[in-house]
Amino acid sequence: MLRSLFSFAAGGLFGAGLLVSGMTNTEKVQGWLDIFGNWDPTLAFVLGGAILPMMLAWNLATRRARSVLGEPLPQPARGEIDRNLVIGSLMFGAGWGLAGLCPGPAIASIGWGGTGGVVFLLAMFAGMYVAPRLRQRLDTAALALR
Amino acid sequence: MQMDWIWGLVGGLMIGSAAAMYLLINGRIMGASGIIGGLIDRSGWGSWAERLAFLAGLVAVPFAMLPLYNVEVSTNLTGNLGVVIAAGLLVGIGTRLANGCTSGHGVCGISRFSLRGIGATVFYLLAGGLAVVLFRHVWGVI
Repeated sequence: MLRSLFSFAAGGLFGAGLLVSGMTNTEKVQGWLDIFGNWDPTLAFVLGGAILPMMLAWNLATRRARSVLGEPLPQPARGEIDRNLVIGSLMFGAGWGLAGLCPGPAIASIGWGGTGGVVFLLAMFAGMYVAPRLRQRLDTAALALR
Repeated sequence: MQMDWIWGLVGGLMIGSAAAMYLLINGRIMGASGIIGGLIDRSGWGSWAERLAFLAGLVAVPFAMLPLYNVEVSTNLTGNLGVVIAAGLLVGIGTRLANGCTSGHGVCGISRFSLRGIGATVFYLLAGGLAVVLFRHVWGVI
């Protein structure tokens, strides 16, 4: 129960930040990606502002064994840049540029995003549903090529 | 318009504080695509209540804040449904293949100097920039 309560609060603060910063406005997102047009630097401030408190949080997390609610904290980041990370990020970036929405803002703006927002979400859900099978196919194909 | 960067910074600090809270209190990495995707492909059903609560807050709080804005807030999403569907599919498949999006890889990954987070961010920024340049300036679709 407590976990869900804090989860709700974190989601709420995240959503409020997305609205305040302009991340739910596709024009601002596409303006930031449009380096050859009328470039809008706002998103650099959003990302910079978001990274600051998180750097502090990671610093605190390394000095604690467990979270406030007694959950194990995530292990130090490991792993390398692999094929799926590159292909996935390129696909995600292309979609982000095309519509100007990433998953967080797409959910956050559902209350005022109209039909287009709902269509985007349904397509995103469908993509997330088929992704594990696609990942399997990619892995099998890569094995066959080896 | 000139104030936009201040609001960007304020909103960014709020996003980062939400991620910090989720990490230090719930012990979890705040990645939007992971929270949603785990519910859709069932890999995260073990923590469904926590995920649904997060999504409920994500929808309810900004919606409740709309009256604070004098002008009508709009996502300004393109009316071209073909583009919207293609973009949604790409975002859905891509974030799950890469195991993260702007929040997980961007905010939570870069801030811990994760190689994967930084790499993902470089690739999705490159593809996003290229998509806007091609579809806006070359083909005039968006």
